[in-house]
Amino acid sequence: MNGLNKLFTEDLRCVNLGLEIFCDAAVEQGTPCVQVEWKPPAGGDPRLLMVLEWLEV
Amino acid sequence: MKQIVKEANDRAVAKLKNAMPFWVDVKSAHEALGIDRYTVLHAGPPITWEKMCGPMRGAVIAALKYEGLAADNDAAVALAGSGKIRFEPCHHHGAVGPMTGVTTWSMPLICVENRENGNFAYSTFNEGAGNVIRFGAYDDGTVRRLHWIEDTLGPVMKKFVQESGGVNLKAVIAQSLNMGDELHMRNAASTNLFIKTILPGLAASCEDLSVLRDVIRFITTNNDQFFLNYAMAANKSAADAAHGIPYSTIVTAMARNGVEIGIRVSSLGDRWFTAPAAAVKGLYFSGYSEADANRDIGDSAIMETGGVGGMTIAAAPAIVRFLGAGTYKDALSFTADMYEITHGESEQYTIPNLDFRGSPIGIDIARVVSTGITPVINTAIVSKEPGVGMIGAGISRAPIELFTQALLCYGKEVAGLDLSVQ
Amino acid sequence: MVYYHEVRKDTYYDSITLMLFSGALSAAEGVKNASVMMGTAHNKDLMQKAGILSPEGAAEAGPNDMIIGVLAESDEAVAAALSELEKQLNSSGEDKAADDGALVQKARSLDSAIRQVGGANFAIVSVPGKYAAAEAMRAMRRGLHVLLFSDNVTIENEIRLKDYAVEHELLLMGPDCGTAWVNGTAFGFANKVRRGGISLAAPSGTGLQEVCVIIDRLGGGIAQALGTGGRDVKEEVGGRMLLMELKALNADPMTKVIGIVSKPPADDVLRKIIDLTRTFSKPVVACFLGGNRDMVRGSGIGFADTMEDCAKMLVSLCDGVSFPEDDPHRYDALADAEIALYTPEQRYVRGLYSGGSLCYEGILLAEKIVGPVYSNITSGDYCLRDPETSVENTFIDMGEDYFTDGMPHPMIDTRQRVARIKKEALDPTVAVVVLDCVLGYGSNPDPAGALAAAVEEARKLADERHVTYIASCCGTYADFQDRAAQEDKLRRAGILVADCNAQAAKMAAAILKRLNAGRNA
Repeated sequence: MNGLNKLFTEDLRCVNLGLEIFCDAAVEQGTPCVQVEWKPPAGGDPRLLMVLEWLEV
Repeated sequence: MKQIVKEANDRAVAKLKNAMPFWVDVKSAHEALGIDRYTVLHAGPPITWEKMCGPMRGAVIAALKYEGLAADNDAAVALAGSGKIRFEPCHHHGAVGPMTGVTTWSMPLICVENRENGNFAYSTFNEGAGNVIRFGAYDDGTVRRLHWIEDTLGPVMKKFVQESGGVNLKAVIAQSLNMGDELHMRNAASTNLFIKTILPGLAASCEDLSVLRDVIRFITTNNDQFFLNYAMAANKSAADAAHGIPYSTIVTAMARNGVEIGIRVSSLGDRWFTAPAAAVKGLYFSGYSEADANRDIGDSAIMETGGVGGMTIAAAPAIVRFLGAGTYKDALSFTADMYEITHGESEQYTIPNLDFRGSPIGIDIARVVSTGITPVINTAIVSKEPGVGMIGAGISRAPIELFTQALLCYGKEVAGLDLSVQ
Repeated sequence: MVYYHEVRKDTYYDSITLMLFSGALSAAEGVKNASVMMGTAHNKDLMQKAGILSPEGAAEAGPNDMIIGVLAESDEAVAAALSELEKQLNSSGEDKAADDGALVQKARSLDSAIRQVGGANFAIVSVPGKYAAAEAMRAMRRGLHVLLFSDNVTIENEIRLKDYAVEHELLLMGPDCGTAWVNGTAFGFANKVRRGGISLAAPSGTGLQEVCVIIDRLGGGIAQALGTGGRDVKEEVGGRMLLMELKALNADPMTKVIGIVSKPPADDVLRKIIDLTRTFSKPVVACFLGGNRDMVRGSGIGFADTMEDCAKMLVSLCDGVSFPEDDPHRYDALADAEIALYTPEQRYVRGLYSGGSLCYEGILLAEKIVGPVYSNITSGDYCLRDPETSVENTFIDMGEDYFTDGMPHPMIDTRQRVARIKKEALDPTVAVVVLDCVLGYGSNPDPAGALAAAVEEARKLADERHVTYIASCCGTYADFQDRAAQEDKLRRAGILVADCNAQAAKMAAAILKRLNAGRNA
């Protein structure tokens, strides 16, 4: 079964990176969602971001 | 994680986790490490005499007098600055030392064998409290104590441990973690457990009763951190086994010399990545304050490198008072953060308060940089005046610069990336 | 005037939180202007232009630092404003309680969030564009489907992400995807709609919202309504996500009919869509706003001229219901009544929209009657030179970058539209003003209230000159704003309420047609 069709049969369990309103709205609808306390990785340094991308962190 | 890096880190963490450190012998530094008379080992990354902090300079003076290389303080200072003395990190010789960590030719060393990997690691014996070179004291009493350790303590311990066939250090560490110790700032349970473990053998092997009495008094009086040196050597033996794995981003050494803090990374060879040592935030004993404090010092961050100490604050509720405005919830939160930056969890070192979850083990420089969470180090605060000693305790955090520098180096050398195009 | 600035190093808050802080600061007594922003070059520029950041202050701050800039009447006012800000800062870090008292969970990293939720299958990503692609990729590498709300993602990254998604059979809805319904859960700016057998795949965000709320109003229900990001049907992206979604919807047992809502796809992409859907067992309806039915002639795809028609066709096909054709004279009487009240000068329509597709649909319907209209979302001769100043017939998308740069989106914050309504009212040539009123998750708790108040004030400003205000609510009766209550507020302010966006535009067009006919006769 295709991955998308599989998703359509599952219960959603969400993680939210960014604006909290989206997490709140999901939870309000009874869909579990955990908010990631996100901030720019590596302080936004593009060289470090490049290494992290390579590492697939 | 990229597969090849994940596998490398799995191997590095396996080495850390599966190490089997046994105290097997006592040897002089020159016999164990092959150093010469004019070499002085110290805690932390490389540093010159000129740059050393007060306590470390004090320790060097004491050691030079102890070794008979200098007759008095002035002569010691002159010799230290003459260029004749080679100063090197303990870490470069398979050794670790708490606080100033100064180690020289004659000093008897605890020899730990990592039976899983076949490598050895070493540390001096903990001198206890009072005037000790660990805190940079360099008076006559300090030097006398060093001689007593060499002449009396060393041989007694050597005879005992050789006859015992080896003392399992991991077992002590693991049990103490379940008894409220975190093995860095607090070794109350571990030291007691260790003494109980060695006492029968010690008593049996030391035939001279008055010597035995002295030794027992030494290890049971004002020496709560006696086991720390053993634990440090144990962790060093594990960390060295985890070093040198290609592609691995795991930290295999973290150490401070009172001026700088440095880390080494498994796949990045002998390089130290350094930054100014942090100021320790914590609680001061009566009459002392931040103004009196030396910056973070000692090889004891090898404890955090090996998955205990600051990694396992949650296991040690007794020290929460030292965590600034600390409550137990803060302790849990510190350890929770450490899980974010480590690659694995130790099966043997478990945290009862987290349902015996394995301790966070294997600091990953990539995770540190990605999350911005830096390792927490539990530590004593030492006075910047040589010889005054411990004036408080608290936590410091390894600065992010260590990890960003290491990651950039990894990017260039291991990943072969061109990072100049930004 | 006292100027104060402060730079907090290495302190990050998301854009909405910062806007809330800015709002709190600005509202403090004695404060003329204030803002809290991250120290990117762009933001520092904005703050300096607004007179709330000095060049020295700008030099201190880097992109990962938070800048507070305040211009106030006195030192005391500054101090009071700052202490209010401290309160907000302290409370924003705490765990929030959801309505039932359960703590909303937070995690320090993606991996621990996945663990905490018990193994995630879906990620919502709305971090700044610079980081969004990397975060979306990280989520997908962990097997998560992704709603990528962030914009300012390069097209190269979009293609890279979608190639990965297609290879791993994962949803990557975006970039710049603001609306979706997956397994009955509404994500982003979306509404509470009935569950049912109609599924949609849509590059258009507010377009998807409008079609779904109309479907709900007509008694139909949604199985899945998936976004694709606005650029998906352009030639470079090639419809990667749309095609994968369509395939999955055709194979989905709950889906009976499939709808597509979008601007016209690139020729190549359209061909692929037609070739694909030809093999489908389920009927497909396409609303290609700005296109024409020749595009799909002979393909078997139904063509809808408006989003309303699209909804009607889908409900018809799914539930076997039929809807009467639009009565071309429906608004004649209303038009006659309105034009009788205008001055000879009044002749133009102004559309002030918060939703891009709603604005575009308005333009298409108005143009049929009044010819080309000026706008900030069209190119060529009728592109508005200055988005702040309307010219003749003008339709504005106030959710477009010009208006949202450093300001909250108009669906969330009504201030900019309120100000513009008043401005338009002062223009003696304006006869008709068309508004949208978007409800649902993510939107303002009371947009109708703000619009109604603005219209009443505008009327006073215009010395009671009669202007026709027309609005439609893009929302359902189950949305928390309550569509019924919102429509009431609009009516009580003398605003004509249309069934939906297309009807609002048709109403406006009918009035202008009668008006022009009357004047030209």
